[in-house]
Amino acid sequence: MKGSDPLSDYIEAGGQLFELNIEPAWNPGVRANLEVIFRQAMLFMTFELPDDAEPAPIFKA
Amino acid sequence: MDTLDTSWSTATEIARAVAAGTVSAGAVIETALARITQRDPILNSFTAVLAERARKRAQAIDLSHVKGETPGPLAGVPFAVKNLFDVVDLPTLAGSKINRGRPPATRDAVLIERLEAAGAVLVGALNMGEYAYDFTGENIHDGPSHNPHDISRMTGGSSGGSGAAVAGGLVPIALGSDTNGSIRVPASLCGIFGLKPTYGRLPRTRTFPFVASLDHVGPFARTTRDLALVYDAMQGHDPDDPVCAERAVEPTLARLAEGVAGLRIAVANGYFRKGAFPEVHVALDRVGAALHVNRDVEIPEAPRARAAAYVITAAEGAALHLERLRTHAHDFDPAVRDRLIAGTMIPAALVNRAQKFRRWYRERVLALFADLDVILAPATPCTAPLIGQQTFILDGTEQLVRANLGIYTQPISFIGLPVVAVPVALDPLPIAVQIIAAPWREDIALRVAHALETMGVIAVRRSTVDEPEGKGISALGSRSG
Repeated sequence: MKGSDPLSDYIEAGGQLFELNIEPAWNPGVRANLEVIFRQAMLFMTFELPDDAEPAPIFKA
Repeated sequence: MDTLDTSWSTATEIARAVAAGTVSAGAVIETALARITQRDPILNSFTAVLAERARKRAQAIDLSHVKGETPGPLAGVPFAVKNLFDVVDLPTLAGSKINRGRPPATRDAVLIERLEAAGAVLVGALNMGEYAYDFTGENIHDGPSHNPHDISRMTGGSSGGSGAAVAGGLVPIALGSDTNGSIRVPASLCGIFGLKPTYGRLPRTRTFPFVASLDHVGPFARTTRDLALVYDAMQGHDPDDPVCAERAVEPTLARLAEGVAGLRIAVANGYFRKGAFPEVHVALDRVGAALHVNRDVEIPEAPRARAAAYVITAAEGAALHLERLRTHAHDFDPAVRDRLIAGTMIPAALVNRAQKFRRWYRERVLALFADLDVILAPATPCTAPLIGQQTFILDGTEQLVRANLGIYTQPISFIGLPVVAVPVALDPLPIAVQIIAAPWREDIALRVAHALETMGVIAVRRSTVDEPEGKGISALGSRSG
């Protein structure tokens, strides 16, 4: 039954949606990298920024 | 004529000698090609050697000398480029197997055009980490580049071949790219000078990208004078790179010897003093003492900055390669493949937040330059690890080499500050210090680097690649001018 390991389910779903054909042997490497990415992201996701904070890149019409 | 041995000559020396007629461009290029043939089997820095093209160009330079035409400032200087730069008639590999199937480039990268317009001679394309997603200089398709100071050790990456070729005396000048540290890390591990200019200063036109938000291009050299000479020759707006700033050329060479009097300099503390091997502190303290630095500065939220750079890199890199991941997954380095696949799955909210944090961080760091001209920081947490080494002990814990080589460079390139990486010739291996200036003040970073070089505090130690065993024991052979 799905749902016991959300990250694995997420990777599997993402692989299917993006047509990436992720081989089972690759899963540990992909998972390890995604864990690092999410862990790194928490460092700035938990940093308070106001709603009107502008992203760095600015588009000019 | 042609009695000058230019094997370890600087670009400045070569250009002067060619202009004076002391040596022909042809002789210089033959010397370079012979050294490459002899020594590159050890270093593995080149993926393509362009002998015929180089000889033709050298011939043209010599002919123009005979006609009495004014030579360019880099007349006869051999140089090579990381193989993500477009070179006519070569597929632009960017360190990959997949790109071998690309049609050959029909036009050189703009920086190659500018250097050749100044009289320099392209001799080849250089090895690099696959698609620039690398800090080691290793490459499973082309083999690792080898550190000229100890060939069992890595060069650092991703501009590994660039570091090896310059440190190994094959060419005096090489070009690389730097997204999170890929000029500064090999400069540090190979013990040479590297310049990562301000983001948007040098055009990336006709280079294979990695992370558009963070990609820079820049030179390596064995002296500060050469670094300034080459940098000046490459400056100028190019509308074909949308990121390239519309700024006038701001020459640095003439200002190089202005000294450091009056410059306000601080050493980065906190994050930039943690997680380092002892050599890092030795090098940083030596540079700080020479400059009489007596203040520290905290770069705020550096760990978050590094994290945001990490996530932006992962997301944009993955987006660039998504189609290749679908169609050629088996042709990637598996380590790169898995990183890229993970990157395809990053929620947009995280990337958007990382870019918002980037603006916040930029404003806070630029505020530091209101009463500072230069910040000093380490370039790498250690000297060159062994090729293939996966982990090291840092602060008493085992950590991954690959992920940690860029800990000090990422928070700086994240906001595009100009940096000169300067080599401190420690025994047995060199390590660099970052000289960081405010945006567009490459002149200040180069001035400080030049002052340190003149004092003898920093130097490029001549590597032992010429000796039969070529491992580890090297002689001081720095040149100035």
